[in-house]
Amino acid sequence: MARPNWVPAGTDLDKPNAARVYDYYLGGSHNFEVDRRMARQAMELWPDLPKIMRANRAFLRRATQYVAADGISRYLDIGSGIPTFGAVHEVAREYRPDARVVYVDLDPVAVAHSRLILADDDLCQVVDADLRNTDDLLSRPEVEELLAPGEPVAVILNAVMHFVTDDDESAKILARLREALPSGSALILSHASLEGRPDQAGSHQDLYRATPTPLTMRSREQITAMFEGFDLVEPGVVYLPEWRPDDADTVDPHPERMTGMAGVGRLS
Amino acid sequence: MTEAAAPDHGFRTAWAAMLRTGHGAAVRPGVLNPLIARTADLLHRAAEEHPFRPELAGQVGALLIDNHFTDPQLLSDAVQLIQTRPVPDGRGPALSGAFAAGWAAALRERTLREQEAIRLAADTARQEVERALRVSEARFRALFESSAIGIGIGDTDGNILAVNRALGEIFGGGPEDMQGVRVNDLMHPEDTPGVWEAYEELIGGTREYFQFDKPYYRRDGEVVWTHLTVSLIRDDDGSPLYQVAMLEDVTDRYRLQERLRHQATHDPLTGLPNRAAFFERLERLFESPEPDARFGLCYVDLDGFKVVNDSLGHDMGDQLLTVVARRLESALSPLGHMVARLGGDEFVVLLENCRGEQEAVAAAKTVLAALTRPVVIGDHRLAVGASVGVLERRISSTTPGAAVRAADLTLYRAKEAGRGRWTLFDPKENARAVSRYAVSVRMPAALDRGEFFIDYQPMIDLSSGAMTGVEALVRWRDPQLGVLSPEEFVGVAEETGLIMPLGRWVLEQACEQAADWVARFGDRAPKVSVNLAVRQARNAGLVGDIDRILRSTGLDPSMLQLEITESTVVGPEDEALKALHALVDMGVSLAVDDFGTGWSNLAYLRDLPVSNLKIAGSFVGDLHDPAKDTHLGWRIVSGLVSLAHTLGLSVTAEGVESRADAERLRLMGCDLAQGWHFGRPVRPAEIARRIAEGDPDRTAELPAETGPGGVERRHAPLDAAPAARQLPVPGPDFADEPEIAPSAGPESAPGIGPESAPGTDREA
Repeated sequence: MARPNWVPAGTDLDKPNAARVYDYYLGGSHNFEVDRRMARQAMELWPDLPKIMRANRAFLRRATQYVAADGISRYLDIGSGIPTFGAVHEVAREYRPDARVVYVDLDPVAVAHSRLILADDDLCQVVDADLRNTDDLLSRPEVEELLAPGEPVAVILNAVMHFVTDDDESAKILARLREALPSGSALILSHASLEGRPDQAGSHQDLYRATPTPLTMRSREQITAMFEGFDLVEPGVVYLPEWRPDDADTVDPHPERMTGMAGVGRLS
Repeated sequence: MTEAAAPDHGFRTAWAAMLRTGHGAAVRPGVLNPLIARTADLLHRAAEEHPFRPELAGQVGALLIDNHFTDPQLLSDAVQLIQTRPVPDGRGPALSGAFAAGWAAALRERTLREQEAIRLAADTARQEVERALRVSEARFRALFESSAIGIGIGDTDGNILAVNRALGEIFGGGPEDMQGVRVNDLMHPEDTPGVWEAYEELIGGTREYFQFDKPYYRRDGEVVWTHLTVSLIRDDDGSPLYQVAMLEDVTDRYRLQERLRHQATHDPLTGLPNRAAFFERLERLFESPEPDARFGLCYVDLDGFKVVNDSLGHDMGDQLLTVVARRLESALSPLGHMVARLGGDEFVVLLENCRGEQEAVAAAKTVLAALTRPVVIGDHRLAVGASVGVLERRISSTTPGAAVRAADLTLYRAKEAGRGRWTLFDPKENARAVSRYAVSVRMPAALDRGEFFIDYQPMIDLSSGAMTGVEALVRWRDPQLGVLSPEEFVGVAEETGLIMPLGRWVLEQACEQAADWVARFGDRAPKVSVNLAVRQARNAGLVGDIDRILRSTGLDPSMLQLEITESTVVGPEDEALKALHALVDMGVSLAVDDFGTGWSNLAYLRDLPVSNLKIAGSFVGDLHDPAKDTHLGWRIVSGLVSLAHTLGLSVTAEGVESRADAERLRLMGCDLAQGWHFGRPVRPAEIARRIAEGDPDRTAELPAETGPGGVERRHAPLDAAPAARQLPVPGPDFADEPEIAPSAGPESAPGIGPESAPGTDREA
């Protein structure tokens, strides 16, 4: 049964949390022993994980730069987690000093942390909402305000859709978001993938099963389908390091080791 | 950068490449590029400047940490790279050491800072949650305490743990009075079956919730009715933990429902269950019967109740019914039978789980016995009897509706058989009666819906061969029964009284039609002959009705003939006789229909103001019956013709089917004839066509006969006419309705009359 809006969510610090585990992979200390234990377990099975997370973070940085350079100054970062460094507003403001960002996460700790570090930034807002309750998310005042003027908005679903298990549900979420976006908007999306390292997929999903956010890896085809209604920006849905690298020569010769896939779509 | 750019160019390139890979890839260029330049400069100064300031290398370590270069692999790479740079006066180790120490110290600071930040975030989040929980709990508490609905929480062992004020009030006390009460203490004898089973399932974890209307005893002993919903609450592992009951006091609503239900299901006069209650009980009996379960019905109707009501007044009638009801109730209820009042003076006894016919008959006898003693009301001793129709069947063999109808029809037979008795259901009798029943229930609406229509059968002047008259014959096209001939409904119409409006309607239609023909064809228009039922003839309004109809249609009275039967007038003092005289005075002519089929009193015949005798079709029909003496048959017909002529009456022969018969009848002086030979009953338009074409002398022109009673013969008159003109004749619809075969009406009372040709049923 869905939790009614007026019943608060719990904070269970005894369970690993995706946002804090991610922070640990990235070399941060915004995490607890329970998170680190899970991360270390995962890294034992798959030592490349920190690199993959860094590659994901680098993709977000490049994709944000790309849309910011293209003039987008409004961002909706859903599943923003704990943005230790390279937060979207920092990257975007290099091109658009007026960039506004609404960060959304469902983990109360991540939300509280984001609020603490963004307290003095008038152009950034933090919302605690669940992506799966898309209507509720879109009806939050901060989000409504972001969308209201009808200017293009970049929706960022960075390493978050793989926490939506059901394919139908993920399609519905994306359709609902697409409907709400003004024309010229963009979708920045990265997703854990079955391609590249199918041998690792099973055990990795098993690990996440113990967290409040189980993880579902998907194929390139399934990930591409998430861009339905958007025009995919070149080079389409590719391995993380392959998406518009700063310097083509520095791309790792084995991009498939960075199993995540990513892409950017534009709404005409 | 400007100082000694050349000597450490290689180092700078390697330093920049190191910082651009790994974590550096995620750092935006606007940050990364200045960082690379800054740290390379600081390292250069630390290596080259005098005096040696190792803390500059320490700053480089700290800057890297500040920009999240926290990977220990980076420290290793950086130290190795710094070692490769040529350094003056042996500063190398100190430089590397200072860099590593600066990096480590900054990392420690950063780690502690981040740990503090995440702790703070976690605390903030937890406080937020706790605050929200407190608010939420306060809401719940308010909801619980001030709810108008009674709420109680119990454990799965049935101990009541907490109740709110509203629940206490429902039980007539405060919440504290429910302390120590167990759920199982709250049973009530009127509990809906299944409620406690549902409860056991719920606390056993196999059911999530249930809802019932449930009565409870209040503390003061009164009963309170509640609408109860109980839900199961499970713990995180799914094991049953609590039960939550919500109770709404619906006593007022329940009482009102009970009262309305009693009113709806009981007869206010006698207090017996009413028709609705009876049918509800009967239908429930039929819902899921045991394969061999039987039931019985005694359909009771008081004999002579109408007399009591009419002569002593409704009050007396009501009191009589009350006494009868009480007697039936006290005689039959102890046997376990239900007694209900269906309405008026009709009662019914329902025997559930009947053991056989004998038991049902015994119940019927009990009914009759209970009513043997006279009923004393005031000064009156009323001898009241009853007739009972008894039906005893296997439940699976019938339906509630059919059973009640059958019992009613059986009662009708008991009445016919002479009252004060019971009659047992007879399937054959029932089938016959059912069709009459079907006709009687449908007929009243049929007249309103215009389902009746009139066909006309030609009557031919035998001497001239001209069509001088037509007989109006009413038909009924019932949507379900098909086209019915008069035999099939006139009898019922007489019984139900519907003959009055129907007869009037036929007269109006026929006169209007005849007037139309007169207007169109003048002298060639035929006289119209209409059957008059006994009841019509005895109706005081008859003369006035006919006068009005003649006036309104403008038909000359001489163009109307009324056909009556021998039984219409039973004696010289008969009221009907006056009416008939009045009609003849008006100019209308009268004919005796079906002459020779009844017990004709020739003396009365002389007094009747009739001008025409119609010899029943059976006389002519018998002439072709091989089992009967043809010669004698002709002599009888001849005798009837002479008799009529002796009395000064003209004679019409009915049922004439062949040219030979027609010719012989003409030769013996018969005036008029009708029958298949001259044309069967047809739509008015066909009559009009025949008038317009000039009706040929059928006796001369028609083709020779093929034989007695043959199909060809029957169709002969129409074979001469274009096929298209046969269409309006009522078709074979009736044959498609085998399930209800209307039985013939009473033979002696044709009323509006069968057509004067052999059997309409043959046509059907």
